[in-house]
Amino acid sequence: MKAWITPTSAARRGLRVVRRSVRAALRKAYVSWRRSLQARVVTTTLVVSALVVAVLGVFLMQQITTALLEAKERAALLQLDEGVGVAQRQLAVGGSDNSETTKSRLNAIVTTLAHRSGPSGLYEVIILDRDDPGSVGFSSNWIRLKSVPAVLMRQVEQSDASKPYRTYGTLTYDDGSSKPGLIVGTKLSRYQLYYLFPLTQERQSLEVVQQTILGVGAALVLLLAAIASIVTRQVVVPVRMAAQAAERLAAGRLEERMKVRGEDDLARLATSFNDMAANLQEKIVQLQELSQVQRQFVSDVSHELRTPLTTVRMAAEVLYESREDFDPMAARSAELLQSQLERFEGLLADLLEISRYDAGAATLDIEPMDVRELVLRAVGYTEDLAERKGSKIIQQLPGEATMAEVDRRRVERILRNLLVNAIEHGEGKDIIVSVGADRDAVAIAVRDHGCGLRPGETNMVFDRFWRADPARARTTGGTGLGLSISMEDAQLHGGWLQAWGEPGRGSQFRLSLPRVAGAELRGSPLPLVPPEIELQRAPYAELELEADA
Amino acid sequence: MLVVDDDLALAEMLGIVLRGEGFEPSFVHDGDKALEAFRETRPDLVLLDLMLPGIDGIDVCRQIRAESGVPIVMLTAKSDTVDVVLGLESGADDYIVKPFKPKELVARVRARLRRTDDPTPELLQIGDISIDVAGHSVKRGDRHIPLTPLEFDLLVALARKPRQVFTREVLLEQVWGYRHAADTRLVNVHVQRLRAKIEKDPEHPEIVVTVRGVGYKAGPA
Repeated sequence: MKAWITPTSAARRGLRVVRRSVRAALRKAYVSWRRSLQARVVTTTLVVSALVVAVLGVFLMQQITTALLEAKERAALLQLDEGVGVAQRQLAVGGSDNSETTKSRLNAIVTTLAHRSGPSGLYEVIILDRDDPGSVGFSSNWIRLKSVPAVLMRQVEQSDASKPYRTYGTLTYDDGSSKPGLIVGTKLSRYQLYYLFPLTQERQSLEVVQQTILGVGAALVLLLAAIASIVTRQVVVPVRMAAQAAERLAAGRLEERMKVRGEDDLARLATSFNDMAANLQEKIVQLQELSQVQRQFVSDVSHELRTPLTTVRMAAEVLYESREDFDPMAARSAELLQSQLERFEGLLADLLEISRYDAGAATLDIEPMDVRELVLRAVGYTEDLAERKGSKIIQQLPGEATMAEVDRRRVERILRNLLVNAIEHGEGKDIIVSVGADRDAVAIAVRDHGCGLRPGETNMVFDRFWRADPARARTTGGTGLGLSISMEDAQLHGGWLQAWGEPGRGSQFRLSLPRVAGAELRGSPLPLVPPEIELQRAPYAELELEADA
Repeated sequence: MLVVDDDLALAEMLGIVLRGEGFEPSFVHDGDKALEAFRETRPDLVLLDLMLPGIDGIDVCRQIRAESGVPIVMLTAKSDTVDVVLGLESGADDYIVKPFKPKELVARVRARLRRTDDPTPELLQIGDISIDVAGHSVKRGDRHIPLTPLEFDLLVALARKPRQVFTREVLLEQVWGYRHAADTRLVNVHVQRLRAKIEKDPEHPEIVVTVRGVGYKAGPA
């Protein structure tokens, strides 16, 4: 569509490169303008002062021009006045009406008048006889009558006697050159007398003045910009230093401080900044110490509890092993002791894990893992329990490896908890474990067909020590912390753990994890509500409530 | 067998269990006296609690390791990474996290005491290292390299099938006797200890080579 671009593709490419680099340069300039307070202040100062100087300059030029020309005009009118007197006297002397003689007489008068100004030839004089158009007197041979504008001539013609008129025009000479000039003229009975003042001098003066104003103006603008730059620099440099210090502080270098110089506002900024930094540091150190104390406490409690527990555990084991030698009551007691110790141990382990989360001491040990493998392990771990409860675990795994960066211990624990939970509430029916994956995330869903969850319970299942039915007999002896820990584990991965359930239709727990550790999870590759339920679902039965992770 | 534990009740209980399994444990309750007791009793295995009054378990472990390759099994209440790795690096062969079952303890102890009574003399060679399996000695040229029994077992396991890659799980099973997958840090730490002794340049191993993402193998890459 643009014919002028057509030449060759190389040229076009060159043009594109140039355009791109120009655009890049502009963008860079714009960015630095936006980012730098100094650049902005200097730019603003430049623009505003340039405007002010321009206005001032124009005004000044006008004033000077006006003054100069007014003086010239006054002098010109005086000159004319004088000339009129001289001409009248000379014209009164003459008599003959011969046009030839008239012309020479007029020329003589004009020459006299011109000479009155001295030899410098500051002006030209023209006189013409109204009655005789041919009779024109010229002070010099090379000025043309054309130099007197027709408008002025008409004004003079129509005016009353001896009223002077003036105008600006162009003086034209025989050699074709021309220069600006001031023309004054008046009527002198039947003659018209014109004085033509070339304004070359004035023009030169004005040019000099103009150049001076331009130069001074430009210098002034630059000077102002430089001053603005220096002044803002004085402000900006400490501010920049404060910003840098704040950045370093934010990056965790808590000992970072600003230098305080003088007692001005900037020094106050530095002082308050330093106070803030000191307070911040103190608070953070306090928190760190607190967390350290908490962690230490958890660790100590752990050790202190575990050592006697180990002894008790071993003792119980020894008693349990030899229970056949006891009387029935003691034997049963040994069994109870044994099983309840196991439960106690699990509870202690879970409590310690939870308190580790609460202390913020839980960390991820990330490695790339095939999620299917973790599922297989978790299923292997829970198969015995499922068999005892009469449930079958059905696995729906994708054919190819499903890799994700996870902490295998934690994810395995989540899966174990979900499976144990499903077996416990699955009422002996099938349990389906499915794995799904997309580009960014993996998901594992554990579906049971047991008693399901009532509306609102989908959130509560993750609460600590929450029980679906307090009256129900506890069978497998979960600690009541499993799902809470799983939720913490999922959140530590930046993942979601959500539950769905409907009374009588079972429930489904879905774990979604980002494939890359630390990435944000936007969606899950598996649906939370099992598809067969979604299909049957009537529009009024909106019972799903998601647990927001 | 020497049991180093400050908790009297636990020590007594350990004694009951170990005696029940036919071991002859002796006890010391103080880290300061552990080394002395070790020199006196010359046990086949040391059970060492990490938290001890006086010198702590890690230092005791270092002292014993400095003069003997005897198997050391740590008892620890902390499964946190730092403590376990510190313990392993100070020379322990294996660890058990409290609370443990008696069977688990006995299994770990037996695994450490198990001697592969190989009647046929077997000589293995990897790189410039020669291994006399029956004589339980490792040499580079004529120079004898002292290894702990565990390090020796690890090296033999790798050297018997040169160029075959062993995963950490397989090594755990073959060398440590774990049937279920356990802590693979055990393998990492001991491979490093082994390398420090047998490699010319442990930073660029030539005898025990890491196969990224899989495990380890013996011999040149």
